[in-house]
Amino acid sequence: MSEGPLPPTERVSLATLALTFNHIALASFGGGLSAWSREILVVEKKWMGENEFLSAMTMCRILPGANQVNMAVFVGTKMRGLPGVVASVVGLCFMPLAIVLFMAWLYFQFKEVPAVKGVLHGASAAAVALTVAMVIKTGQKCLTGVIPVALFGLAFVLNGVLRWPLLGVLGIVAPLALIWAWPRGSKEEAAA
Amino acid sequence: MSTYLQLVVLFGSLSLMSIGGGNAVLPEMHLRAVNQDHWVNNGQFADLFSISQTAPGPSILIVGMIGYAAGLPVGGVAGGILGGVIATAAMVIPAASLVYGITLFWQKAEQSKWRIAVEKGFAPLTVGLILASSLVMSRSADHDWKAYALTAVCTLIFVRSKINPLFIVAIAGVIGYFGIV
Repeated sequence: MSEGPLPPTERVSLATLALTFNHIALASFGGGLSAWSREILVVEKKWMGENEFLSAMTMCRILPGANQVNMAVFVGTKMRGLPGVVASVVGLCFMPLAIVLFMAWLYFQFKEVPAVKGVLHGASAAAVALTVAMVIKTGQKCLTGVIPVALFGLAFVLNGVLRWPLLGVLGIVAPLALIWAWPRGSKEEAAA
Repeated sequence: MSTYLQLVVLFGSLSLMSIGGGNAVLPEMHLRAVNQDHWVNNGQFADLFSISQTAPGPSILIVGMIGYAAGLPVGGVAGGILGGVIATAAMVIPAASLVYGITLFWQKAEQSKWRIAVEKGFAPLTVGLILASSLVMSRSADHDWKAYALTAVCTLIFVRSKINPLFIVAIAGVIGYFGIV
């Protein structure tokens, strides 16, 4: 039923999972972690279909925990079960934690972290661009009618412009999305 | 109570409360780490937050830095590192266990109408939320018109070309280093 590339049947090794999430984490210098996740998990590795990735992203935001950690748990479970979860989460967190602890050491030693502010300011502009590019690329595939565009616009305006909390936005938009997407019998399909 | 046990209890409980991501429990984290346990002061908390935002990786890494600050008086740098690792593990494991259970259930429900509807219906909604988060990111990074222009140019490059995005991010970093944006 699900479209898009199906995950390959051969088992991905635990080392590959860990290295892949390490790659995603380190690439996200300046931000844009979800764009990097899509770039690598959907486009490069083809471990997930486009819609599977997008819906998992929203579910990962609803559930407690950092979204990106939750996505690593989701993919780890899908590819290799519990050992896959451990490999993915450790892969995602190990190097960033080491970097952050090093920065904490610098900070408490010298009371400031050497001037990286400007670099990060520039990099964050590109990281935002990467996220906007992801909107354009995924939008071309799933914003294919009046209703999906309306759902997209409503979610953007409520969450981004009016700054409603996520749960409030989903309380309104998610039921509409589910009603629209609910699988119907073939005879009703023409009407929908 | 030992500092490390306090870290486990605090971040273990914040883990399950962090609905919508790690930043949702930031006010509670501030209350405990600054006002109650005095691991860091107000200015340090703000500094650690902005440092953690710039580091690559998941958004909850401020937890590791607070753990470091808490462990520092206990055992020096080694005690700080231990505190950072313990705090991060406490923040990750409870929520990750919950997500693992839900994912197992979700994998089994492959043929259910719910899963089909969620995968199709949540896609456009998620794209809207992602656009919203890029707007919020721009605003919180305090971008001016030059940064927005850089974002626009980079977006065009990412959509139209096959150049490795990391290369573009690095160039943007260099532009930022020279204070052009």
